[in-house]
Amino acid sequence: MPMSTESQVQANAPAKAPTNAPANAPANTLINTPGNEEKDGKAFRPLIVSFCCNWCSYAGADLAGSSRLTYPADVKIIRVPCSCRINPLFILRAFQRGADGVIVNGCHPGDCHYSTGNFYTRRRMALLFSMLDFLGIEKERTRVEWVSAAEGARFASVMREFVEQIRRLGENKKLGDIRCKE
Amino acid sequence: MSPVRSEPAEIVTEMSGVNPRKCMRCGKCSATCPSFSKIDIPPHRFVMMVENGEIEALLSSQLLWKCLSCFACVERCPRGVEPSKLVEAVRLLQIRGQGKNYRTPDDVPQFVEADEEIPQQLITSTLRKYSK
Amino acid sequence: MLKIGVFVCWCGSNIAGTVDVKAVVEAVKAEPGVVFSTDYQYMCSEGGQSAIRQAIKEYELGGVVICACSPRMHETTFRKAAEAAGLNPYMVEIANIREHCSWIHKDKEEATEKAVVLCRAAIAKLNLNKPLFPGESGVVKRALVIGGGIAGIQTALDIADAGYEVDIVEKSPTIGGRMAQLDKTFPTLDCAACILTPKMVEAAAHEKIRLFTYSEVEEVSGYVGSFRVKIRQKARSVNRELCNGCGECIVKCPSKTASNAFDEGLSKRSAIYIPFAQAVPNLPVIDREACLRFQTGKCGLCEIACSAKAIDYEQEDETITEEYGAIVLATGYRPMSLDRYDEFQYSQSPDVLTSLEFERILNASGPTGGSLLRLSNGEKPKSIVFIQCVGSRSDDGCGKSYCSKICCMYTAKQAMLVKDKYPDIDVTVFYIDVRTPGKNFDEFYRRAAEAYGVRYVKGMVGKVAEWKGRLQVQAVDLLEDKQLLIDADMVVLAAAIEPDPGARKIGAMLAVNMDQNDFFTEAHPKLRPVESPTAGVFLSGMCQGPKDIPETVAQAGAAAVKVLGLLSKDKLVGNPCVAISDETLCNGCSSCEALCPYDAITFEEKQVMVQGRRETRRVAMVNETMCQGCGACTVACPSGAMDLKGFTNRQIMAEVDAICR
Repeated sequence: MPMSTESQVQANAPAKAPTNAPANAPANTLINTPGNEEKDGKAFRPLIVSFCCNWCSYAGADLAGSSRLTYPADVKIIRVPCSCRINPLFILRAFQRGADGVIVNGCHPGDCHYSTGNFYTRRRMALLFSMLDFLGIEKERTRVEWVSAAEGARFASVMREFVEQIRRLGENKKLGDIRCKE
Repeated sequence: MSPVRSEPAEIVTEMSGVNPRKCMRCGKCSATCPSFSKIDIPPHRFVMMVENGEIEALLSSQLLWKCLSCFACVERCPRGVEPSKLVEAVRLLQIRGQGKNYRTPDDVPQFVEADEEIPQQLITSTLRKYSK
Repeated sequence: MLKIGVFVCWCGSNIAGTVDVKAVVEAVKAEPGVVFSTDYQYMCSEGGQSAIRQAIKEYELGGVVICACSPRMHETTFRKAAEAAGLNPYMVEIANIREHCSWIHKDKEEATEKAVVLCRAAIAKLNLNKPLFPGESGVVKRALVIGGGIAGIQTALDIADAGYEVDIVEKSPTIGGRMAQLDKTFPTLDCAACILTPKMVEAAAHEKIRLFTYSEVEEVSGYVGSFRVKIRQKARSVNRELCNGCGECIVKCPSKTASNAFDEGLSKRSAIYIPFAQAVPNLPVIDREACLRFQTGKCGLCEIACSAKAIDYEQEDETITEEYGAIVLATGYRPMSLDRYDEFQYSQSPDVLTSLEFERILNASGPTGGSLLRLSNGEKPKSIVFIQCVGSRSDDGCGKSYCSKICCMYTAKQAMLVKDKYPDIDVTVFYIDVRTPGKNFDEFYRRAAEAYGVRYVKGMVGKVAEWKGRLQVQAVDLLEDKQLLIDADMVVLAAAIEPDPGARKIGAMLAVNMDQNDFFTEAHPKLRPVESPTAGVFLSGMCQGPKDIPETVAQAGAAAVKVLGLLSKDKLVGNPCVAISDETLCNGCSSCEALCPYDAITFEEKQVMVQGRRETRRVAMVNETMCQGCGACTVACPSGAMDLKGFTNRQIMAEVDAICR
């Protein structure tokens, strides 16, 4: 399981940045963490994509930052205007490209900046998640959370908890696209 | 079985399903209570004492046996606290503390002073077995 | 290919302390399109911005990525800097490596690695960016105020005084609203009519203000700067131009049994009526439900009595359509119904009143001519009990969860007025908390208790029962743990206030949200309290939340300022990140139209070139002024025709790919 992550990164790095080997070196050793990987996958670092709506959750994530509330660096945030902008295809694409977990964050129901956007999100995601098992992805790898702009602490705790959940699930390999792995 | 575990107040709130923290101290329960003149602890104070964890004092209170269980306080409370349900839970806690799970008619006189004007409802409520 | 410059900010040690900025600069050099990358102590400083401008010119950059703080902080700053160097401002992307990276991670290597990934995602997105140009739209220099109470009147006066035209639409036959029903106002005990009626007259006489009384808003379309509003003027059955307001028709009207809403139903009025003496306009209206002529066809006395020949039984509703640049909602409130509070005998006893009803009893123009009398027997009361928080601060399903805010003060006022006129009447106020924040408010309440001898008891009333021709009030004194039984002749209930039920319909027309209590939601609870979330729609008075008269007037002025800010512009610059439909892909299914919260999508029959052939198709068109750019439609579109500029499907996919690489 950890081997595929390693080979993927190693295969990519030289191809993309042949002239910058020295500069990239620290980053690469980090991703590979070769020392830890041998220990039965204990150091598994999941790759998590976190979609945040611009008005509530992204601001909540900003507040978590300015309050210096830590959560694992495994979470990478993508900003969208509203949670209803998140096409289910984006989530499937993330899984296809090797993400281990995808979390969708929006304003609390009734607080949407665009009035009704998160209601659509709630329905769309309920539908999408109900089908994930059939696509070969455990539905526990996904989640919808409502985080307001005032809930920095909540954003951080939700992220910590979600990362922990994905760590327990282990690597997402069921939908791994072999073409991406070379 | 020991009736008073580590958190008796928690047991009471759990048994009754009532959250005493919702009380805003308006006193409408006491204002509405028909047996106010006969009881030692008014309903609003009863709720406060559960919130403060003073269950020990409540177990020996007269209110347990003088409450008619008429549920007027439950009906009128603007915060939906349901004081009467708390009284029932404490009553049950007291009964269980005696190793029983209900009262018999013979027990009634020692809780309810001999009084010819005892309402029927009070006797019924003394025997009431909380079903939750 | 797009030439991209990457700028990594140190933010002093805020970023550089945890992220190896030099390593980030090096790591992104090989990314597609990147021709230049550098780092700087403070990118947002003038030095940093000039570095960006220079690099854009020197390397002929087509786009820049700034790795710095949150875009919510400095996106505008960097867009302006790019624009100053001749770049389209939307060719700037921000990688948030401070709030989302350096501030939350401690391990420097880990943080550096994440910063690189975030930067790569921004580069991947930027590669697909297109220059965007915000649209412009005109502004109709006229405002509409919905609701003619003190809030609406004040807003309209302030706008009109600044030189812009305002229309007031009021559903009842006169402006004035709730304030006109009041006797005195706290905390100075001014007579409400004395301070309100001059404003009503001023509004009616103002050359920039038009009044549409007995009218309702029926339909709203359009958007900020140019709303089209359909207003229905209900038939008064009285000719506006001919009537001179003499009132002879009212005297002659034989049907005098209709409930008088101005007196809260405590008195009767004739079928043809003027709501109250100082009504504006001073123009009668025929209540067709109560009029004998309309109900039986036999009467017509008012027509005979009218020397001006103004009575017109044939008059019909008129509908006019007007254009407005801005709309102010001032729909007001009403006391909630107390049907579900039977323990207080409200529906059973005529001596149990709401505070507004009691206000009418105190008022010289009210049902008792200002004498304080029991409605059951016409006698003077000896004891009055006021009960506060009836229906307010409730969590029991029949009341309101909020504090109605004005009750403590008007109860003190009414108690004081009673004591002032009749010192021998016993007045008791039952309260849970006395809440008197406000200038001279607490002093006012203390004056009621100290100078006037109003008895304040902390505790609630459990029940009120009729007993031997009086009212027995069973209550509790919480400070003494005593149950009280008080004989009273009148009981006054401080009923919770609720938004006017008509507000819901208007809110739906304007796409303005309401909270769980049906108050209109403001755009931001602290920083934008008089703006609704819908651009160009503003909030004034009680429709936004409970407030007293001084606060209402202050908010009305604030709403007017926001309206003026909008009307004084000649052009509105829009947000260019709006939806766009690809007409060659659109199949005309209307999925997007149904879920657009702004009604920004319409369908048109259009000639479309498909594979070299010209076809007429039904395709979606996005109104760029109305679209706010949420993107709900993009996901709903089954054919993938709908996309969102600035956040296109391909751009977000590219970000996903870059992160998951």
